[in-house]
Amino acid sequence: MAPKVKLPKPEELAKIEFKTPATDWMDTPVEFKPGTFCWGSKEKDLLTLGLPNPRQWSPADEDWKVPEGWETTILEGMAERLSKYRSFKIFMDICVRCGACADKCHFYIATGDPKNMPVLRAELIRSVYKKYFTKSGKFLGRLAGARELDMDVLKEWWSYFFQCTECRRCSVFCPYGIDQAEVTIIGRELLNLVGLNIDWISGPVANCYMKGNHLGLEPHAIAGNIESMVDDIEDITGIRVNPTFNRKGAEILFVTPSGDLLGEPGIQTCMGYLMLFHELGLDYTWSTYASEGGNFGFFTSNDMAKRLNYKIYAEAKRLGVKYIIGGECGHMWRVLNQYMDTWHGPADFLEVPVSPITGTVFENAKSTKMIHISEFTADLIKHNKLNLDPTRNDHLKVTFHDSCNPSRGMGLLDEPREIIKAVCNNFYEMPENTIREKTFCCGAGSGLNASENMEQRMRGGFPRANAVKYVQEKHGVNMLANICAVDRAHFPALMDYWNPGVGVTGVTELLANALVMKGEKERTTNLRFEDLPGKGGNE
Amino acid sequence: MKVLFSFLAVILLILVATMGAFITNLHYVFGIIIPYLAFAMFVGGFIYRVVKWGRSPVPFRIPTTIGQQKSLPWIKQNKIENPTSALGVIVRMAMEVLFFRSLFRNTKTELREGQNGPELSYGSAKWLWLGSLFFHWSFLIIIIRHLRFFLEPIPFAVQILESVDGMLQIGLPAIYLTDVFILVAVTYLFLRRIIVPQVKYISLPADFFPLFMLMSIAISGILMRYFYKVDLVAVKQLAIGLATFQPVLPTGIGPMFFIHIFLVSILFAYFPMSKLMHMGGIFMSPTRNMISNNRMVRHINPWNPEVEVHTYAQYEDEFREKMKKAGIPVEKE
Repeated sequence: MAPKVKLPKPEELAKIEFKTPATDWMDTPVEFKPGTFCWGSKEKDLLTLGLPNPRQWSPADEDWKVPEGWETTILEGMAERLSKYRSFKIFMDICVRCGACADKCHFYIATGDPKNMPVLRAELIRSVYKKYFTKSGKFLGRLAGARELDMDVLKEWWSYFFQCTECRRCSVFCPYGIDQAEVTIIGRELLNLVGLNIDWISGPVANCYMKGNHLGLEPHAIAGNIESMVDDIEDITGIRVNPTFNRKGAEILFVTPSGDLLGEPGIQTCMGYLMLFHELGLDYTWSTYASEGGNFGFFTSNDMAKRLNYKIYAEAKRLGVKYIIGGECGHMWRVLNQYMDTWHGPADFLEVPVSPITGTVFENAKSTKMIHISEFTADLIKHNKLNLDPTRNDHLKVTFHDSCNPSRGMGLLDEPREIIKAVCNNFYEMPENTIREKTFCCGAGSGLNASENMEQRMRGGFPRANAVKYVQEKHGVNMLANICAVDRAHFPALMDYWNPGVGVTGVTELLANALVMKGEKERTTNLRFEDLPGKGGNE
Repeated sequence: MKVLFSFLAVILLILVATMGAFITNLHYVFGIIIPYLAFAMFVGGFIYRVVKWGRSPVPFRIPTTIGQQKSLPWIKQNKIENPTSALGVIVRMAMEVLFFRSLFRNTKTELREGQNGPELSYGSAKWLWLGSLFFHWSFLIIIIRHLRFFLEPIPFAVQILESVDGMLQIGLPAIYLTDVFILVAVTYLFLRRIIVPQVKYISLPADFFPLFMLMSIAISGILMRYFYKVDLVAVKQLAIGLATFQPVLPTGIGPMFFIHIFLVSILFAYFPMSKLMHMGGIFMSPTRNMISNNRMVRHINPWNPEVEVHTYAQYEDEFREKMKKAGIPVEKE
């Protein structure tokens, strides 16, 4: 491991040079600057998963130890994917390079590196496609924008496909809907064929495969962590909630990202789930086997994503539940919404979700039988089933960050807002071009939330942070709400860096703070043991 | 360099066309054989490409959702940008194809130094949308106008279109608005490629070549209409001959016609092997043409692979003792 690199100051990082290099992009070599890239995948993790070319290697080394004949592996991999994915084929063929996507990417905005323009990021792979799969590229070569596949090209792919967070923002603006996330997904699949992943992805994937969750929490650790949250809830509310694990015959299986089980502010969101479900008397269970809602396999290959996703339906079937509720997470919901049913459906052993409290039938999930916690909660609020005291959140001025995947891979936009408006009196939207379907990525999605690439994370999050800063200055916003575990893990560092004074919270934590539970004692602190407004001694 | 190469390529083509135009012996080749070949390459190539795309399946339903999903009854769904019905998709596609909806969203990102540090702003940027819209619509109308040469009697709709297009009634023959629009729009599309540094950086010869071709086609057409006039009756005779597969070559058409039709032929032949295929591709783009009803209706992947999984039994075998200690129920004691 290289020594820790110093993070530049925000003023330095905000000096962004948008000048294009003097050399053509094909002649501009890729640079590996410490602080801007992630460590390579570890040998043991690839062995656990049975993925190709397990070995110790470092992207900083000259020799990446890729196997002999890797070019053939990659080109055959491309041919296979061209025949399997119409999206990939069309996206390789029809881009007109109009440039509408260019300044829509947070990494381009924050680095000024033209290869971070989605169009050029795609061109990195398109140029190879043209050379080996089109006649014009074969005969005209560079004139047709084609180039040979060599080690420098491979390294360039690795660098830039792990600088894309698969957020799909470019796809919103593309006149043909070309989705760079789709290109990156395929690009990463190809890289994985020769053993080129990053540690921050393959590590969690190996954990999740063997132990059920990315963090690698073993069953007793999950129960233990939740037990200590239960203790905290009792201290704060006087109520002892009673979660169960792997319980057969429960009505509902609850699955959330394991990020909610460890570290602040994830655990407060998790306490929120526990309190809400207890207050409703919900017949639900946790699973230690399907203990991960997220899916870092999705950042490796579609097959790997399918291997991890298997556990959710398998566990629902084993436990005999009626349906599944999923917690607050971003890419988890892209996968659950657009992939799970195709991979592992039909879920005919489950029933169409019906809220036991309001009777609402979730027709929108009638095939997958899995609903989002925000859909479930917004329904409760609409039917006045919760006793809420929003003044407990009066010290907060809240804004909401739409996570990329729920917004552009699902369209879950108003549900969390309905919850926030019911539990907070001070809610302010960020500027129009930075929210909802045009939301900016946090900068650390798709497995890029490591620590060794901190500089790149702070860059990637700059457009998001800058929009937060706008409402911070205009309205005094001091809390950034979200529905994503990666957000909760990454934003505290991002806010400290760009906008000190802005906290980070899950929406369900806000809800639980406002939730007046039956028989609770007078609360004096919130879930973080901070004094409530007007209730504490040191107001 | 990239610009120059494409420019020279088009100049070369114009020289070839001029040669064909002035050597009467070549008129049969330039007026009949090449247009037929080009047309065959266009139709054949276009179908080949579309079939090739169509042969690859769509394993996952991956629409880009650009608005509120359908969920709870009181939450207003965006039925067009997050469509759950075929009608919604049709409207969505129509908006893309006819009005370039996504391009209309375009913004321009600017970074400036504010009072308290850097500020990013996203201003409206509609010029690309406007330029593209003017170009494509003008091109379409011009093509429809050209039907007058292939059809007798000229359909009423074509006549109406012509009179609207020429409504300014400036000059004789009257100037068509679309002739002006297409030249202005193509010039704009060209200029932004050489002026905007980022766009220049991503541009390939294959981006300049079609622009130069379109410019020379439009210019040769305008020259033929207003300056180097050709015998329109003879042109129509030739066109109808081509359309009815009974080709005739009337004499005295005028050289400009042969230049024009040669350039058009080259563009048509080039079309299927180039980025111009976005015309077909836009209809098949899975992020736009799919119904966003993933959780309501299961999408089938024809090659859904068998994958290796880690089963609950394997998991319990590894952790049974720890689970029992923590009071977590197990299958096998």
